[in-house]
Formats: sequence, structure tokens, C-alpha cells
Amino acid sequence: MSRDWFGCTAHEISDALRSGAVTAREVAQSCLDRIDAVDGRVQAYVEVWRDEALRQADAADARIQAGTAGPLTGVPVSLKDVLCTQTGATTCCSRILEGYRSPFDATVVRRLQEAGAVFLGKVNMDEFAMGSTTENSARQVTRNPWDLERVPGGSSGGSAASVAADETAISIGSDTGGSIRQPAAFCGCVGMKPTYGRVSRYGLVAFASSLDQIGPLAKDVRDCATTLNVICGRDPHDSTSADVPVPDFTEALTGDVGDLRIGLPRECFTEDLSDVVRGPVIQAARTLEDRGATLVDVDLPLLRYAVATYYIICTAEASANLARFDGVRYGYRDPDAKNVQDMYVLSKSRGFGPEVQRRIVLGTYVLSSGYYDAYYLKAQRVRRLIRDDYARAFASCDAILMPVTPSPAYRLGEMLDDPLQMYLADIYTIGVNLAGLPAISVPCGKSSAGLPIGMQLVGKAFDEATILRAAHAYELHAGIALGRPALAG
Amino acid sequence: MTGAADPMQGDGNTVSTEFEAVIGMEVHVELNTRSKVFCGCSTNFHAPPNTNVCPVCLGMPGVLPVLNRRAVERSVAAGIALGCTISRWSKMDRKNYFYPDLAKNYQISQYDLPLSHDGVLEVDVVSPGSQTPSASKRIRIRRAHLEEDTARNTHALPGGCSGVDFNRSGVPLLEIVTEPDIQNADEAYSYLISLRQLLLYLGISDCNMEEGSLRAEANISLRRPGATELGVKTEVKNVASFTGAYRAIEYEIARQRQVLLDGGTVVQETRGWDADRGVTVAQRTKESAHDYRYFPEPDLVPIVVDAAWETEIRSGLPELPKARRERFATALGLSSYDATVLTATRAIADYFEAVVAAGAPAKPAANWIMGDLQAVLSERDLEPSDAALPAAHLAAMITLIETGKISGKIAKDLLPELVDTKRPPEALVEEKGLAQISDAGALRELVRKAVADNPGPAQDVRNGKTKAVGFLVGQVMKASKGKANPKVINELLQEELTSE
Repeated sequence: MSRDWFGCTAHEISDALRSGAVTAREVAQSCLDRIDAVDGRVQAYVEVWRDEALRQADAADARIQAGTAGPLTGVPVSLKDVLCTQTGATTCCSRILEGYRSPFDATVVRRLQEAGAVFLGKVNMDEFAMGSTTENSARQVTRNPWDLERVPGGSSGGSAASVAADETAISIGSDTGGSIRQPAAFCGCVGMKPTYGRVSRYGLVAFASSLDQIGPLAKDVRDCATTLNVICGRDPHDSTSADVPVPDFTEALTGDVGDLRIGLPRECFTEDLSDVVRGPVIQAARTLEDRGATLVDVDLPLLRYAVATYYIICTAEASANLARFDGVRYGYRDPDAKNVQDMYVLSKSRGFGPEVQRRIVLGTYVLSSGYYDAYYLKAQRVRRLIRDDYARAFASCDAILMPVTPSPAYRLGEMLDDPLQMYLADIYTIGVNLAGLPAISVPCGKSSAGLPIGMQLVGKAFDEATILRAAHAYELHAGIALGRPALAG
Repeated sequence: MTGAADPMQGDGNTVSTEFEAVIGMEVHVELNTRSKVFCGCSTNFHAPPNTNVCPVCLGMPGVLPVLNRRAVERSVAAGIALGCTISRWSKMDRKNYFYPDLAKNYQISQYDLPLSHDGVLEVDVVSPGSQTPSASKRIRIRRAHLEEDTARNTHALPGGCSGVDFNRSGVPLLEIVTEPDIQNADEAYSYLISLRQLLLYLGISDCNMEEGSLRAEANISLRRPGATELGVKTEVKNVASFTGAYRAIEYEIARQRQVLLDGGTVVQETRGWDADRGVTVAQRTKESAHDYRYFPEPDLVPIVVDAAWETEIRSGLPELPKARRERFATALGLSSYDATVLTATRAIADYFEAVVAAGAPAKPAANWIMGDLQAVLSERDLEPSDAALPAAHLAAMITLIETGKISGKIAKDLLPELVDTKRPPEALVEEKGLAQISDAGALRELVRKAVADNPGPAQDVRNGKTKAVGFLVGQVMKASKGKANPKVINELLQEELTSE
């Protein structure tokens, strides 16, 4: 074999498969070998589906032979452990779901399977998608491939690390408050959160139902667009999935941004932003301007309330969503329980990790009688105002450009004792979830320490096409070459 | 203290001299949709345990609810029939509490925006002992909202285990809440009867209390007559029948009255009715009550019932009991009592109308259905229906009487056979030679024989003692095996006894 297929993008693999240069089995085997070689250091995968992957690869080869292959047929994909799969376990990297096997596949998983994707396995995450470092996993600590002493971000840290370490072409993650975009930025890959309602949530184990959205992490913008083509669209199993036509997103990748007005929110470029991030993000805006886009200043005055609002709404919803893990029907039931009350208390306090327990308690509190109006109800009102903020900003621009994170990846353990500091670092990503908008995180440079920096493009609702176009044009013209991570500590 | 001697003897009326009771009812009815409210599983929860279940109604990780449109339609139908305002826009909410029968540990229900609100049910007030209405009462409906039923726990299984059957989990449930307009047990009992009648007419629930498809709870408090503030209430649960509800309310009013007369205060709590002991028992106080932490269900979109949909549902409603009762009285000339009995259920009203449509006059049709037919069917554990006795057969039988073909007596004797054989009455009458004999020639011989065999009564008649005519008619009837036309016998007797 002349190439390291594991390091290729999905479209490179797809072209090679169709030209007969390689088989899906060879590609899958190449990725499995790569996992064997590097995952001991990266720790992205919680489960590798060797036999299943090769079986799916053979099926993909048959489709390629039969001429019924699509752009994802034979393309390796890793799945965040928050997605229900009949293959393997679905644990959300929580002790409470240790060994849990789902009786059904998530809609997204089914659609990818029908498209011929080859699943390599399940990847690590913060327990129930709660966290920004993947250190809240009950399974293992995933490392950032660019610096093994640093976190990959989270909660889709396993997804980002598996893409960055070339252990898969594409990974499917979920984004409730930045959980796709932030790890994508930390690991130097492209991550996209579609509009709320674009992708069915059926089979996504819920963290915060009104904020959760599934999306791809990939090596480039085109692969994100190709994946969106497969996973987007109305699903009768999800009442909140939108009945909005899904265009061919790859057609938007024209390389041309001459007609676009790019908004730069003043509130995102204050002294709170580290210079190490500010420089590359501003430079990214200049690059788009050089290609003909118009830069305009916009305001998101309520952005400073986004963190507080988000942590009230997401914890409130989580407190109900996670109530079902009680040891009655499935999952961990504490063996010391002598009665029903004990069963609840012991199973939950020993089954859930500290961050999950913290959020359940917070969420229970903000919904409690006497506090509901002051917290939950007020947060819902502010959420509406934040949405209005974005709508006003979009009156004068077609996409908003801003940082993804205030800083590059943290050191392992750096944030563990300071949850509040960690929450505050979500400032640039969570407003998008509160407003239900699409956003994409694209690598735009490296720090002097060699850590990837990401920039974010936010679009109007259901206008993924515009931000994909801008992100692709940037990727095409910026000439940012991060290179390959050395996988060294 | 007079009247305090034995409060347990109190009925609604004696209490009202010192305190008045203020009662509101909460009724849960399971809607008879084919599939559950948020998934495609069958609503038949009599199937073997945990067979009509799926990941959604088991609350497995990753599932989402999808609202059953039929359940909304049936809820709206009930709202319309109860005179409610239908919400153009409503939503589902999560009601959070932990219990093993609650798959998600929250129930999807409706909190501040129910599907319908502000209605009224007009109720004929009756007692468990007497079904004759004593008064009419307007009971306001506060709201009717849609929610999901829970699973069912079974305790003390072999091995000392408890089991949960999720077949019932997710069956659509309509909760109907009244304003505190009810003042005594009779009114509460009558409300339940009227509500069930209405829901059965709508065909949206089986309303079977024993099987739990209708569950009633009463909120009861007492206050001094004329007082404007409500007293402390208790919530009485666990009643398994309408008379059980009546007895529980009677008891609870008397209990609270005794507490107040003794100078105590009523504790706000939930009390369970113990039917065997005939008492209510404290179950849960307000302090230990749940904080349900309601919030809008983010997995479902708002429910929009626009004017067109409401109109469509309204136009699909059957004629409701009150309207039908009034039509039976005015258009068909039935007495108010007959109209009430014949509209008690949609089935009996439909049957009555079918008999009339098949040619029977309304009044005799009513009498036969309410009287002899009811008796014959009761013996056979049947309800008036086409299956029990085709409406056309009953109409034909009544026509035979009306046209003098058979006597009422013969018809009465024939009825069990009509029910058992399902054969047309004309054929049976023909075959058994039961047709009435009205031919004077054929009867004269029997009349003469009766006169000759009974000289005494005959002489009495000649002497003007008309009473004896009946005896002679009876003799002729007997001799004719009931087939003789009594009118013709009468005429012949008059002829025989005056012509001599």
C-alpha cells in the first residue's frame, strides 16, 4: 500500500475506493492498526469493534462493486458513547450504565449505516456529556494528540482525539454547550453543531433536551458537509426534528465569499480573550476579508449572561433526564440497597460521578418550588433575549465569526478543582446552543507551544450552507497547515 | 353539643346545619386509543406483564416521546362535551417524582396550560339508594388535561419481590378537575355518574372503575355556612366504586366535623379510603408532599388545536345525553322518567331508536324495553342490543300487538323465546298458532260454554253486577289458551247475556 489510509479524509478515501485504488476492508484494517499503534497513548476509544468494522467494510466493498456506493460508503467513523448502538455497550462513560446494551440504534447511527459507513467503535466522553475536558469519564482519561499532557477538550474529547490522532476519518459527537466545537478547536480538527432540530436526537442519550444536537468532527470542512448530508433531516421519532428541506451541503463549497458579510461581535474580543487566541482569530477574519467578504461589527450585549442562563437550563433539564437511571429496569443497582429508597440513593450516589451529581443537584434546586421563578423562568426569558440578540446581529451580517475558546487546551487536571472556571470558558460556545443556531469550529493556527487554535463561524437557523461555505473558503485560502500531531507528551 | 353525639351517623343534610362541605373532584380516565400516548405500543394492559412495552414506554436511555394525535382528539372531544374552552395553544410538562412505576421518574403531563378549561356539567342529583333525581346541579369544570399513565406495581411476589408491569405505562390519561362546587356525597356521586355517562357516550373510555380505567379522588373541606374562606382540605383517594366514593365522602365529612366540633383542626393530608373498615386513613401529610418541579417538556412541541381542528372534532361528536333526553321527551313524547332511563347509556338509547325506526310506536317500545325485555335480558345477563334481540324483531312484535294479531299476554310469554331463538316473531306466532282469535264465529261456542258452565256469575251479570263479566272473560281466555281477543269476548258476552 502506498498510502497511510488512516490519515486520509473521507473524500480522499471515498475517491480511492471508487477508483479501486483500495478496498474498504484495507481502509478499515489500516485504521484498526493505527488504533492498535497509538490508542494506548491517546485513549480515545472505549470500545473497538474489530469484527463488526471488517464486516461493515466487506458490505461496503460489495456496494462499491455493485455501484450503489455513496460518499460515506466504506468511510471509517467513530461514535461518541452517548449514541445508542445495538452493537457493543452504550454507557455515556458512566458507571451507572456500565455494560448497558441498547435495544435500538440511534437514528443517526442507522442513517450512517444505511450510507455504508464503517463503525470502528465507541469513543470516550465526559460522563453524560457533562464537562469540557473528558476527564469526567468513568472509563479513562483521553489525551490531546498534540500534547499528551493536555486534555482533548470535551465533552466529545474522544471524538476529537480519534480524528486528530488519525484513528478515524470522521467521528460523531454531540454538542450541548460547545461539546463538539471546543474539543475540535483543542485538537485541531473541524467540528460542526447543526441547527437545533436539524439532526434527530432519537437515540442520543439526553443531557439537556432543548440544547443537545448531534454533529460531525472531521479532518476538513468538506467531510463535515458530506456527513451532514447523511445525518440531517426530519425523523418521525423526534418531534423536535425540523421538517425543513436538507440541501446538498457540498454544493455550498464554492470557495467564494465575495458576497458575504461577516459579523465580529465586539463582546467577543475584549481583554478576557487571551492574545494567543485573539491573533489567529482576527487573522482568520482578515483572510476572509481578503477573499472579498465584508467585515462588520455586531453586538451581542447579552452574551455575558449566557453562562448563567445556560447552567440553569441545562442542569434543570438534566435533573429530569437523568432521573431514569435508578437501578429499577437497567444499569447499575447498588447491591447494598435494602429498600427502594436505598436503591435510589446508593445507586445514584455510587453510579454517577461528582460533576453529574453536582449538575443534578443544581438542576433540582433551580426547579424547586420557591426558586423556579427566580432561576428557571428567568433563565428562559433571558434565553429568548439572547436569541433576539443573535437575530438582531444577523440583520447586518450573514455569519458571525468569533473564538471557540478563550485559551488553547488545558493541562490534565488543571480544571478539575475549579468547575466554575471551567463553566466560564464556555462563553463563546453556549450562546449558540441557547439560540439553537448552527456553528462550526475550524482550525486557524497554533500557539507558540504548538497547540491548535480554533475559530468559530455561527450561522442563521437552518443556514448551515453559508457557514460551511465560509469555513471551506477559509480552509482553502488560509493555507493553515497544522501538520500531524507527534503524539508526544 | 347537640348533633355531635354520633357524627358517624351524619349524612350530607344534617351536617349542613353546622358546617357546609366544600368538595372538588379529580377524575382520571384512561382514553381508549389503540396505541399509547407517546409510542406505538398497544394500550391493552391485560396482556401478560411487560409484553406491550417498547424502549419509549420503558424509559430506556435515548428515547423520545411522540404525541398520539388521537389522544389529543379524544381529550378535546371530552373538553367540548364538558362545555370547556379549548386551548388554541397548550403544551406538555414534566412532573418530577421518584417511584418505581414511573419509567422516567417524571410523568409527562400538563401543568399551567391544559388542553381545555372552564366548562360545566349539569348533573341530576340522585342517591346510591334512589335513582330518582331530587334536584339539578351545575358543577363547573376547572380543567381537563392529558397525561401518561404509570406502570403497575405488584408486591409480595414469590421470593418476597415486588414487580413492575409496564403494559400500562404510557396509556393516555385524561384528568378532569372540577371547581369546589360539590356540597355533599349525593352530588359527588351524581357527578361521577353523569361524567361516566358522558364519557361513555363519547366512546373515549371504558370508564371501568374496577379495572382502573376511571379513578376518582375527592378534595374535601368544611366551613361554617356563609364563610367565604375555604377550610383545610383533605384529599381522599383509593375509592374503587361510585358508592365507595359516596361512602368515603360521607365518612370524611363526618370525621372532619367531629374534629372541628372537638375544637381540633383538620390536617391537610392525603387519606385513603378503607372500604372494608369503612374509614379513611391518613397516608401523607402536606409536609411530606412532593415538590413536583414542573417544567415544560422539551422533547415535545406545543400542541396547537386550531379552530378548524376543533370544529372537525366537534362535528364528530355524537348526540350527548342531555340533548338526547330532551329530544326523546319532546319529539317522541316520552315522559321525563322514561327519557332519562332510555338515555342512561348510548347503547340503550341507540337500541330504543332502532326499535322506533323499525316501525314501533315510541311509548310501547319504551315500555317493552324498560319493562319485560329488561327483565328477560337481565336473567340472561344481557343488555338491550341488536345482538340480544334484533330491534326489528321487537318492533315487529309490538306491531303484532298494535294490530291485534296477538295479545299482550301472548307477547309477554313469547319474549324469552324471541331472545333465545332470534327468530322473527311473525314466524313463531304462525308456527305455534298463537295468533289472536278475533273471529266471533270461532269464539261464540266458547262464550256459550262459559255461560252454561257458570250459571251463578252469568246471573250476576244479568242482574247488573258487571264485575262478574271479568270472571267470564277469564274463563273464555283460559279455554282459548290465551288467544281469544278479550274485546270480542266482551262483545259476545254482552250479546249472550242480554239476548236471553
